Amino acid sequence: MNAASGRRAHILRRVAALRELAVESSIRVCGWSAIVFVFAILAFVFYQAVPALDVGRVREFFTSAAWRPDSVIRPQFGGLALLAGTAAVTVLAMALSVPAGFAAALFISEFCDRRTREVLKVVIELLAAIPSVVWGFVGYVVLNPLMMWATDAPIGINVLNGALILALMSVPIVVSVGEDALKAVPDSYREAALALGASRAQLAVRVVVPAARNGLLAAALLGVGRAIGETIAVLMVTGHAVQIPHSLFDPVRTLTATIAAELGETAQGSTHYHALFAIGSLLVLISVAINVAADLAVRGIREGDRT
Amino acid sequence: VRSVVTLAVAMIVFGTLACGAGPSAEMNAGGRPAATRSAIRVTGSDTMVNLVQSWAERYRSVRPDVAVQIAGGGTGVGITALVEGLADIAAASREMTDDERERVAHGRSGPLEFTVALDALAVYVDRTNPLDAIALEDLAEIYGDGGRIERWSQLAIANGGCPSDRIIRVGRQNSSGTYAYFREAVLGHRREYKLGSIDQSGSKDVVALVSNTPCAIGYSGMAYATPDVKVLRIARIKGTSGVAPTAASAADGCYPIARRLYLYTRGRPTDDVQQFIEWIRGPAGQAIVGEIGFVPVASSETESP
Repeated sequence: MNAASGRRAHILRRVAALRELAVESSIRVCGWSAIVFVFAILAFVFYQAVPALDVGRVREFFTSAAWRPDSVIRPQFGGLALLAGTAAVTVLAMALSVPAGFAAALFISEFCDRRTREVLKVVIELLAAIPSVVWGFVGYVVLNPLMMWATDAPIGINVLNGALILALMSVPIVVSVGEDALKAVPDSYREAALALGASRAQLAVRVVVPAARNGLLAAALLGVGRAIGETIAVLMVTGHAVQIPHSLFDPVRTLTATIAAELGETAQGSTHYHALFAIGSLLVLISVAINVAADLAVRGIREGDRT
Repeated sequence: VRSVVTLAVAMIVFGTLACGAGPSAEMNAGGRPAATRSAIRVTGSDTMVNLVQSWAERYRSVRPDVAVQIAGGGTGVGITALVEGLADIAAASREMTDDERERVAHGRSGPLEFTVALDALAVYVDRTNPLDAIALEDLAEIYGDGGRIERWSQLAIANGGCPSDRIIRVGRQNSSGTYAYFREAVLGHRREYKLGSIDQSGSKDVVALVSNTPCAIGYSGMAYATPDVKVLRIARIKGTSGVAPTAASAADGCYPIARRLYLYTRGRPTDDVQQFIEWIRGPAGQAIVGEIGFVPVASSETESP
């Protein structure tokens, strides 16, 4: 009797231990798989890029603006126009969205009452939830004719249209990350400033913003990352024309749009196919650099707090 | 990072699907029980999507047991799909290149070519544009690399709807058969396109963009004409009045930029595919060609394979 119940208890303990082990290892696998997938994907993209990379072609990519990867006469892989397109649209979008985003973040965090703040935050999150193809549609259908009507621009799908749409798309990120950074400034700073007789404007501009500057920098960089990586909206509203822009109203083509538009048709294993992966690798490197910079900036904030 | 990661995931998923689809499709063609619906997959030319769609719809009443699945994307996409075993028929708005023929033939029998329709490539401008006709050499100066024509005034017209006077060139993506054919027919074998044209992914998109843009000029299949755009007459020799794209002028060769539309199979097609293509080249299929806005081919010409 006693021996039997002892054996049963032993078996139950073994079962419990086994179940524990099963659950623990499955959670472990899930955790590791995230890392494995990310690195497997990166390895795949870089591996596919390698055959396109020789010294001559890399030099051509950074010195020529002629992108004619499928030409039956002579294929050309100049990337300057694509780089210029991405840079022009991104820089202009940031010039629009960063000041607006910071101002909105400052208003939400320092100036408005609680009800307004809640409403604004919900609305901004809603803005972030609009799918990018819808933004592209808005740019194509609304901004394009509007721009031709309001200016002498020969066509309304161009750098400015792309930048406006990208700015609208990246503002929510800049605002929410920026607002977090402002909120992270300890209230003791605010109390001290007010006790010294600072006005609310002085408090915001002279105390809170300088204290949160690393977080704000991170917000801007994350906005840049969003803008560079965006594909379908810019494909629809920038005009998809291979040229180095000379004015805000010139159509351009970006790196991401080139991959999206051309990958489906290339023969697997052709130079064109691998060149598109090389562009993908370049985008990965740019994004990693931006994320690392943003991370370092945020880390800067925490160390700033400790001193 | 996110978009690149998404793209890579999508590619991995597609790759897996492609690997999975290949063998099972072949098995289907070989040992299919008579009762199940069989599928014919047609991929390729965007110019021909509407046409193939209509064929498929009408064919359903002829052979209810055969489902025709259609995808566009451009002639290049279709030929790639044929090579990879993802399509039974590639629709092509240009002839296959030797290189492509070799890729299709790789390890198996080469492609079979079927001429199924004629198409005239129309040149479109906004309907407010005063231009009515254009010479081939002017078109080449507008679209060709190093061409000097950049402004409407250089064609001796005042395009009032376009205050900047700049010609906005609208064209097709480089996967398109229309893109390749227009280059050959207008620019010749040795000349590239001028960079900076607005490259659209569909035939319809070209016409839609031109109809909204007074400064624009664009080329697309004549079947895509709408009341919002003007179709230009094309003159072989500068100064002559030119020829409008019509069924008659395309068929007798008066219109300078008319071409054949093809279907390609990889080697000898299966019976279902063979019957579908025969039906297309027969009177019922060719009647639909005319309805859609293309030009039917004379029965003697369809014997090309």
